[in-house]
Amino acid sequence: MPVLVYAENAEGKFKKSTFEAISYARAIANQNNTTLTAISIGNADAAELAGLGKYGAEKVLNVSNDKLKNFVNQAYAAVVAEAAKKEGAEIVVLSNSFSGRGLAPRIGVKLEAGVADGAVSLPDQSNGKFIIKRLAFSGKAYALVELTSTNKVISLSPNSYKVVETGSTAVVEDFNPEVKASDLTTIIKEIVRSTDKVSLPDADIVVSGGRGLKGPENWGMIEELAGLLGAALACSKPVSDSGWRPHSEHVGQTGIAVSPNLYIAIGISGAIQHLAGVSSSKVIVVINKDADAPFFKVADYGIVGDAFDIVPKLIGAIKEYKALA
Amino acid sequence: MKILVCISNVPDTTTKITFSENNTQFNTTGVQFILNPYDEIALARAIELTEGGNGSVTVINVGEVNTEPTVRKALAIGATDAVRINAKPHDAWFVAYQVAQYVKANPFDLILTGRESIDYNGAKVGGMIAELLDLPSVSIIKKLEIEGTNVTVEREIEGGKEVLTMPLPIVAGCAEGVAEPKIPNMRGIMSARTKPLTVVEPVEIKTHSEVISYETPAPRGQVKLVPADEVAKLVGLLHEEARVI
Repeated sequence: MPVLVYAENAEGKFKKSTFEAISYARAIANQNNTTLTAISIGNADAAELAGLGKYGAEKVLNVSNDKLKNFVNQAYAAVVAEAAKKEGAEIVVLSNSFSGRGLAPRIGVKLEAGVADGAVSLPDQSNGKFIIKRLAFSGKAYALVELTSTNKVISLSPNSYKVVETGSTAVVEDFNPEVKASDLTTIIKEIVRSTDKVSLPDADIVVSGGRGLKGPENWGMIEELAGLLGAALACSKPVSDSGWRPHSEHVGQTGIAVSPNLYIAIGISGAIQHLAGVSSSKVIVVINKDADAPFFKVADYGIVGDAFDIVPKLIGAIKEYKALA
Repeated sequence: MKILVCISNVPDTTTKITFSENNTQFNTTGVQFILNPYDEIALARAIELTEGGNGSVTVINVGEVNTEPTVRKALAIGATDAVRINAKPHDAWFVAYQVAQYVKANPFDLILTGRESIDYNGAKVGGMIAELLDLPSVSIIKKLEIEGTNVTVEREIEGGKEVLTMPLPIVAGCAEGVAEPKIPNMRGIMSARTKPLTVVEPVEIKTHSEVISYETPAPRGQVKLVPADEVAKLVGLLHEEARVI
């Protein structure tokens, strides 16, 4: 029974999180000695589509329908579920992105499938079971969930499975499922993309500021540091609550959970709710003037010092490193 | 305007998460349960939209009798009435199915959930309810406005936002920005005791998933401190040792 992976694109370009999802789906197909089909909806050109073969998709179903140019939850879920039926796929994989979170539950209902979202590992299929490890309690723990249904939907947490290039090529096939008018009642009025910013949920590096920065006027150095590292910007809850930074940058238990390779926390003490959202980061660096800040207990590297003294020095050191590198 | 807000009973955000019975059960000893913070945002927006007698707000919870303090809290904040589906919330599918069954018999103009619960972080119940009722759904919204029979929402996308409009009814998952949570006042607390709370027995359905066990993340090693006057050393460590830059 083939595996189907939803290959999400942003304005025709596939993203790293999509390559992670395809690599992950390839590994599941290998576990089950079966094939992997990807489905792409809207906008991607032929070269982009064929390029998905590099990560292990044998076939790419390409849906190009003007009505589906923009993401509409209901219609996209119907198309992915149709593709799963057409391919006889029992397992559907997608990325746990903002769109993926909208799609996974709808596809789950359409296919009468159990849904494991926020997966962080490959399924354990020993003993005839199908067990997925997923984040729970806002990153304070993992839950091992058995999907007991025949069909299964898995959405993969960003940065939790590495991109694997297999070097094969994919056959691109047009797929034109019928789209119900009632699935297309959503109208997209406006899309605002800040192209100069790195997207927070799937960023490799995140630079985050807290109350220790004293005010929004001091964010310039945080932005400069993030810019140098190609990092996404983030902040703690008190910062977004005070309106210093937008809510979309708030990471933590009631904000966005992130799991970058490197998380740099500046002037954040490390309340349990903040730690919950960042603890699955691979490497954590903490800069705080309070040596007793709880954040130092979970950090890999730390500097005890005033952000206003340390951050400019760090910017200087990175510039120097970049000049040498 | 009849609004339904789905609410979840979750451990307080300061809870240290531990497990019992060989890591198969969440240890609730000493744990304070609260109204899920995102559901509070959804509830606050629902109350704003129905202010001045412009409709009603029903809260619905799938839970056993021990979730009633949380349901009463929602009533104290300002919900008009409440429904509790008397069952252990087995998985997202189970919860969504129960809510959808209730809505089929008692239609609403707008169904709101929190963007996710802070215990299982599923973000699945809203989408599943929408699919079961064949309604549009939007997950993780930052803004919600209603004009006549149309709703306009702002949805978060990677590196930006999208403004969408669609006809009611819809299901939307509320996140920060949609409304400021409301604190119950004394009048609200008093009236919550007498507001209607209907208990409905669940529909029997087959579930699709089962939590087998839990794990806590491996503890990290001790922090390596870099002296404040040797900041450049940190860059070296991140490059050579941690290999993250």
